[in-house]
Amino acid sequence: MKFADQLLQYLINGITNGGIYALIALGFTIIYKSTDIINFAQGEFVMLGAVFMSTLYNRAHLSLPVSFGFSVLAVAAVGILMEVLMIHPLRDGSVISQIMATIGASIFFRGSVMLIWGRNDLFVPFFSCGQPYRFFSAIFDRQYVWILVIALISMGVLHLFYEKTTHGKAMTACSANKKASMLVGINVQTMVILSFGLSAALGAVAGGVLAPFGMKYDSGVTFGLKGFCAAIVGGLGNNVGAMVGGFVLGVVEELGAGLISSNYKNALSFCILLAVLLIRPQGILFIRSGERV
Amino acid sequence: MIKRVWKVIEQFHFLLFCLLVLSLPLILRRFEAGDYYLSVLVLAGISSIVVIGLNLLMGYAGQISLGHAAFFGLGAYSSGIVTIRYGLSPWLGFALSIGLNAVVAYILAEPILKLKGHYLAMATLGLGMIFLTLFSNLAITGGSEGLSVAKLSILGYVLNSRELKEVNYYYFTWSIALLLMHLALNLVNSRVGRALRAIHASEIAAHSIGVDIAKFKTQVFVISAVYAGVAGSIFAHYSTFLCPPDFGLTQSIRLLTMGVIGGMSSIWGAVLGAAILTMLPQLLDVFAEYDILVYGLVLILAIIFMPQGMSQKISLGWEKLTGQGSQGS
Amino acid sequence: MGRKKGKLFGILVMCVVSGLFLVQTAFSAESKKPYKIGAIFDISGKASALGTPEKQTAEMVVEQVNKAGGINGHPLELVFYDTASDTQKAIESVNKLVKKDKVLAIIGPSTSGESMAIIETIQNNEIPNISCAARIEITDPPKKWVFKTPQTDRQAMAKILGYMKKQGIKKIAFMSVEGGFGSGGLVQVDSLSPEFGIEVVAREKFSEDDTNMTTQLTKIRGTDAQALIVWCTDKGSAKVASNIRQLGMTIPIFMSHGIASMKFIEQAKEAAEGIIFPAGRLLVFDSLPDTDPQKKVLAKYAADFKAKYNTTADTFGGHAWDALNIVIRAIEKAGDDINRIRDEIEKTKNFVGIGGVFNFSEKDHHGLGPESLVMIKIVNGKWTYLE
Repeated sequence: MKFADQLLQYLINGITNGGIYALIALGFTIIYKSTDIINFAQGEFVMLGAVFMSTLYNRAHLSLPVSFGFSVLAVAAVGILMEVLMIHPLRDGSVISQIMATIGASIFFRGSVMLIWGRNDLFVPFFSCGQPYRFFSAIFDRQYVWILVIALISMGVLHLFYEKTTHGKAMTACSANKKASMLVGINVQTMVILSFGLSAALGAVAGGVLAPFGMKYDSGVTFGLKGFCAAIVGGLGNNVGAMVGGFVLGVVEELGAGLISSNYKNALSFCILLAVLLIRPQGILFIRSGERV
Repeated sequence: MIKRVWKVIEQFHFLLFCLLVLSLPLILRRFEAGDYYLSVLVLAGISSIVVIGLNLLMGYAGQISLGHAAFFGLGAYSSGIVTIRYGLSPWLGFALSIGLNAVVAYILAEPILKLKGHYLAMATLGLGMIFLTLFSNLAITGGSEGLSVAKLSILGYVLNSRELKEVNYYYFTWSIALLLMHLALNLVNSRVGRALRAIHASEIAAHSIGVDIAKFKTQVFVISAVYAGVAGSIFAHYSTFLCPPDFGLTQSIRLLTMGVIGGMSSIWGAVLGAAILTMLPQLLDVFAEYDILVYGLVLILAIIFMPQGMSQKISLGWEKLTGQGSQGS
Repeated sequence: MGRKKGKLFGILVMCVVSGLFLVQTAFSAESKKPYKIGAIFDISGKASALGTPEKQTAEMVVEQVNKAGGINGHPLELVFYDTASDTQKAIESVNKLVKKDKVLAIIGPSTSGESMAIIETIQNNEIPNISCAARIEITDPPKKWVFKTPQTDRQAMAKILGYMKKQGIKKIAFMSVEGGFGSGGLVQVDSLSPEFGIEVVAREKFSEDDTNMTTQLTKIRGTDAQALIVWCTDKGSAKVASNIRQLGMTIPIFMSHGIASMKFIEQAKEAAEGIIFPAGRLLVFDSLPDTDPQKKVLAKYAADFKAKYNTTADTFGGHAWDALNIVIRAIEKAGDDINRIRDEIEKTKNFVGIGGVFNFSEKDHHGLGPESLVMIKIVNGKWTYLE
């Protein structure tokens, strides 16, 4: 097997993982833009998406696309509830208490799922069966195609939402300047709620496409952390940055595992995170000042 | 009359607390499972030490750390490696653990503490994860297979042997904990403590009245790392087995939760939070089975309904009870 | 903030604490009659596929014993704690079992990491422990109070390498999961492969939570390995298996004894086909000759387990069955004298269990020979006896 062929396989794996990371990173970004809060429960939205979908499919016997759709809606509702019950009362709290509250929420989600669904992995079938696809010499499973396609579609829809709809524009306005938005009659609180719903829905989409690989109550943690690294790498508070960050992180990770060593695969993401934070806290893409002294 | 009793208690509260801690084994000895409760209290003491350091950093200086388990682990592994891999005295392990934590924290403080708020949280989280990967992959730490550590002996006496049961280790742990608590209480009431609170309130204001922010932040970061390191060393010799997951994100969050529940801007709160969260799972089976659910719920409720932690609620309650105003400091 | 007014609550704290203890202690008074055995398994962590059948088996055995009148008239009581793959929890559980529940012996834990972690605590508390974990270091060198029932990872690896040698395989790749189980396998393959004239040409790691291991597999495809060994438990192994199938790799795939449960086949589905692994005889007891001393015991355990839990019995539950029954036999002879229980465990000879026929001695706290393992191949979603 030639080196170039191997390289191609690593790249393809990196891009599919990157799609997932990008979705989760977008979730972080949307909430950060509207509330200046890092939502440490973002990974749990992914897990909830997979768990809800598996329940709807296996217990309620709905079809795959229907259970996928409903699970996304349900997780969005969870996100909105989280905002109303927990984040809203803390809107004037200290940064530390905001961080601890979202961490508390993530632990609570994990605990509830463990209580209700137990400790075993939950599965749904792969979205389509059949032989994996070939791209030159690289091979990739059908599910990875689904992951990539659905991730790209979600990003496209999100982009359209921000650019074309009134609500989307209002959200952009809010993140740019809350006071000014209020003055022009935008209901900032509605926008915050919307952003939580949107962010949770994106997490659930990621969870849905990952559901065939099996998820259980604590599976969200790793995804949350990776998406979080991606969001920072791309520059927090920037949608395009989050997407680029996701793909960059995915590809670098797989290249590192393939070419150097798979031992330090996880540490690699965090080294990148730290390097970016210390050298370019505004992210790799744009020139914007991060919150530093 | 009763007012005067309150006054006396208030005057000597730290001493009284010391007395209570020291006399607990005598009370617990009367119970069949007393030895077991002592072992739980040892763990509570170890956590208290870390959380006191964490509260100095978070509650007083206002700097969050989501990676404190890394310093805890660094201390534990220093002790373990010094005694097991090199066969040196455990006291050298303690010294190394303090020294190493101070140096590492000093080096990291400069770049890390430039970041603020969420950025600082993320950087410390990343640091914690990198340390965790190192713990699980380096040959010297025993990797993910873990590292066995020798018991601690003083002048040939093994502290936690079967004959001596838990009592000696309990006294060992808690005398260090009380000492460090005393130091911390003095620190927060000193010039440094006032400077830290000024930084927490407003960095710009503190800076304008001449507080050297970077210096104080670095100092408190180093101090809290050293506290974690000491606790790590005590833990290593007590648990006798170190495994990387004990020093991961879950542990960092556990320590933070203790601080939050007890009250972040209080040294007493640190001890309270550590004691409660260490003992609850051991005492309530419901808690043990659904620990993460209860943890999450307690954390959320604490943040929303008592952001200053239980320590503040209790001191308010105390004021009501004794019917006094704002005496004491 | 920071200025504490009535800061005396330190005392209140300790009062609350002591109160909690008093209440707890008051309720924990109980009669001394039942014999208590402690069990610690992982039913919620990474090895829950191992711990769950272990716990179920232990509960089933205790129920059977009590139905038959207990041990010499004493009812048997199982005190169970979940270790959740957490070494500290395992250590704390041992402390709790010894100091609070006052058990006579402890069976478990499920994983090698936890088992290694509790050794010091076990030795220090002088309580007999029969581990259900594989690593050879648990009982080699022997520790006074520690025994174990599963075949060692070294025996399992030797079995695989021996089989490979017969097939003329000279170069292999090795892939292991992050964590204690995987690194244990790595140590064994590195130390044993030269003995069999086999060269390890690639060593890769993966994390159980990864969704895609094709990067590591692609790297292995780039080498001239003639076979691949994957060292992981059910979930991770199933993902690797389906990745192997996607890549269309044709070299023979060997896996560890960690996949010896139906869960693996359920998760990997057709990707499980053709995979070879070493395991105890339980999985293929139907194919054993009637003269096999274990056949009757295996058949009864399999039938009992199926009847009670409606799932197929696997070797992990078997480890717990062996551990618990060895302890029960020792208590039958020794009563509630902990020192004598340990001695009786050490004297166990020709005990026909699920894992094999056990012979403990002062030097050997493991008690199973290499003949207790067989090679099994997955064919049509079923375990088939290979040799």
